[in-house]
Amino acid sequence: MDLDKFKVHGEPLIYGAMISIALATIGILVGLTYFKKWGYLWREWLTTVDHKKIGVMYILAALLMLFRGGVDAMMMRLQTAAPEMKFLDAQHYNEVFTTHGLIMILFMAMPFIIGLMNVIIPLQIGARDVAFPRLNAVSFWLFFMGAMLLNISFVIGGSPDAGWSAYFPLASLEFSPTVGNNYYSLALQISGIGTLITGVNFIVTILKMRAPGMTLMKMPMFTWSVLITNIIIVFAFPVLTVALALMMFDRLFGSQFFTMANGGMDMLWANLFWVWGHPEVYIVILPAFGIYSEIIATFSKKNLYGYTSMVVSMLLISLLSFLVWAHHFYTMGQGVMVNSFFSITTMAIAVPTGVKIFNWLFTLRKGRITFTTPMLYTLAFIPIFTIGGVTGVMLAMASADYQYHNTMFLVAHFHYVLIPGAVFAVIAGFHYWFPKVFGFRLNERLGKHAFWWIIISFNVTFFPLFFLGLMGMTRRMYTYSEETGFGPLNMLSFAGAVGLAIGFVILVYNIYWSTRYMPRDTTSDPWDGRTLEWATPSPIPAYNFAIVPKVQTRDAFWSAKQDNIPLFEDKITKIHLPNNTGKPFILGVIFFFLGFFLVFSMWIPAIVAGIGIIIMLAAMSFDRDHGFYVSAEEVIATEKKLRGETV
Amino acid sequence: MKIDASKPLEYSTEENSNKIFGFWVFLGAEIPLFATLFTVYLVMVDRFASGPSGSELFEIGPVLIETFLLLSSSFTIGLAIHAMRLGYKKAMMVFMAITLLMGLGFIGIEIDEFFTYVHEGATLQTSGFLSSLFVLLGTHGAHVSFGFLWGAAIMIQIWRQGINPATANKAFIFSLFWHFLDVVWIFIFSFVYLKGLM
Ligand code: HEM
Ligand SMILES: [Cu+2]
Repeated sequence: MDLDKFKVHGEPLIYGAMISIALATIGILVGLTYFKKWGYLWREWLTTVDHKKIGVMYILAALLMLFRGGVDAMMMRLQTAAPEMKFLDAQHYNEVFTTHGLIMILFMAMPFIIGLMNVIIPLQIGARDVAFPRLNAVSFWLFFMGAMLLNISFVIGGSPDAGWSAYFPLASLEFSPTVGNNYYSLALQISGIGTLITGVNFIVTILKMRAPGMTLMKMPMFTWSVLITNIIIVFAFPVLTVALALMMFDRLFGSQFFTMANGGMDMLWANLFWVWGHPEVYIVILPAFGIYSEIIATFSKKNLYGYTSMVVSMLLISLLSFLVWAHHFYTMGQGVMVNSFFSITTMAIAVPTGVKIFNWLFTLRKGRITFTTPMLYTLAFIPIFTIGGVTGVMLAMASADYQYHNTMFLVAHFHYVLIPGAVFAVIAGFHYWFPKVFGFRLNERLGKHAFWWIIISFNVTFFPLFFLGLMGMTRRMYTYSEETGFGPLNMLSFAGAVGLAIGFVILVYNIYWSTRYMPRDTTSDPWDGRTLEWATPSPIPAYNFAIVPKVQTRDAFWSAKQDNIPLFEDKITKIHLPNNTGKPFILGVIFFFLGFFLVFSMWIPAIVAGIGIIIMLAAMSFDRDHGFYVSAEEVIATEKKLRGETV
Repeated sequence: MKIDASKPLEYSTEENSNKIFGFWVFLGAEIPLFATLFTVYLVMVDRFASGPSGSELFEIGPVLIETFLLLSSSFTIGLAIHAMRLGYKKAMMVFMAITLLMGLGFIGIEIDEFFTYVHEGATLQTSGFLSSLFVLLGTHGAHVSFGFLWGAAIMIQIWRQGINPATANKAFIFSLFWHFLDVVWIFIFSFVYLKGLM
């Protein structure tokens, strides 16, 4: 076998990374063995089907990826901090911005949101579980293995280098001859299947497993946003599946979908990619709207203003998100009529988005606002996201886009949308729901420190990019000369990126500090919450609710507290729970190897892995595991313990 | 597990009815999948470069047999489900077996068709048109092949455990899948073969 193709050549940075990965892996393995934690890891985490634990694993993986994507971002900002920098070469820079974009969107923002929804949605709708707990574990492991497959690319064989949008013919074998874009097609495919399964699972969960009395129009706003998001997932991800499969066929089997000769058509890729890619942006942003809605209502002690219009506007956004994809290539010669159509649909999205912003402002009006950390992120989101939105409308004008297209203006715009619209939201949600899952709050003082570092540095990092774009600095440019005059603003932006990094380090330190020193919460309702998740004890028992709640109003828990509307009236009876299983994990591992072998065109091992997958699927089908029951006495004992005797 | 006797066996528990609904949602995802493949095919259909076009390649004979097999197998899987509801295990097994055998016949003819094309020099690599043709037909064919294995696994379970809420549920969901493949085939028949032959 030709071992050479596994090697990545020449870069001291990459050798350094290889050594640190190897050392970290050995460290983890030795540590697990030394502290005898293998059994614990297997029983409690790798085989779990508990939606709360799966959610926690999603969030941990997302934080890890935030770090990875953040290091990429720092490297790019350092490389462009001054003219003629010699830190990264052109090829390495290409790989870094490609993986940065991919990781941030697909392996950080989206899994973070899926993690939060895993933890919270069943609780918010008063359910004991998701509809298909084992499939949920399959989803997680497919996502995780896909992420790992992409992550090993930079030490084994080379990373994808044609941008996160992987335009053809650039991403073809001819112009990207390394295995990098094979990794792209396979890693995204594997994790994408996981996401699709999540979509199906949560649609069924939300539509079929709500507590009695919770009609659709009584659902909490986060649940609504997640429902709509999952509908988008079910319609958008199959398009990605097809696009990636065609890409794989072109690169591995020499088909002619996106080639420049033999009847291929490179624009086909651009269309397929963005038919998925634009809705994908809303997949990460809509749940954020839901999170902010919950936080604003809780910390202004008011009902959300304009509930119905919130729902309608999200439905409109989800519909429009499928009608705007061609705004990503106005300049690629598609004619005036097409450009005008997509220009108008794109601008139309501003209308429902504006409705939401006003609803939030009206909710805040005359509210009794408490400035907790999650609330601060929410308040900062509103003006920053508005800047992103306004610059988005500027980009939506096709004629004007000929000027800014693919400049730093665009880079500034989408970071102004994505970071407040997704990253601040998940951080806010993380602070908000943390005490629910772990039974203690994060430290507020450290939280606010991190907040100010992040908010200020964010603007320092990205605001200069608007001007750089207008000055003509194009995107994905790895270096520039002194005469361009781009230097000072880029240096400023780099300084901002350092500040952002400090903010994120404080955030992570806060988790560590709070775990050790924060007092444990005895009320299980630390924020005086409104929705059902705050009605369970913290930490949450495996069965979520000892008694299934009966809902009569929106914000059911709030009315239970304010107006004495009873939630839990039935008697405690035995509760059915699913057993843990190792099969989803094993299936994920086999998928990882299948992906790896295909990346390197190792056909025989790939076929073996394929057969392994069929065997695992058969094993799951033949499984006759009906779960187990927790007896009523056990439930009562657990509740007493968790609530300190008050049942 | 609570069993609701007023409903058909396959819907009789909450878990069962969730599974059926979930499968409908999954089919909801299969629609954009095949729609995308059809779109790709229709975009590519005239891009045969120096390779053969559809009208030079397609032969109506085998395609009609394929169509006949798949349409009748959709009918027999319906009979199998009917037998299941009446509790006739044997009849159900027979109808499922016929269904799967017809599926197998379909796959056989499709493989033969692919071999003929390749033999005539029309391969995946020849042109954009052929790439999209092979991938569209291949995706459908892969679904049928997967369905064959899946159906066989369900038959074994019914044979061992009899007709109970769990196996009835699986068989019913399988029947939905099989009907769906039939529908997709009707589109392939019309937009690929008939249109190509015209
Ligand atoms: C944490 C601070 C971040 C910094 C300093 C940063 C920096 C950058 C820079 C400098 C580029 C442009 C590279 C170039 O065109 O030369 C870029 C591209 C990109 N960033 Fe970020 N970014 C950050 C966070 C994020 C987040 C949170 C997301 C998504 C949720 C994201 C998504 C993207 C995408 C999609 C691209 C385009 C990649 C491509 O051109 O293929 N970034 N980022
Ligand atoms: Cu877009």
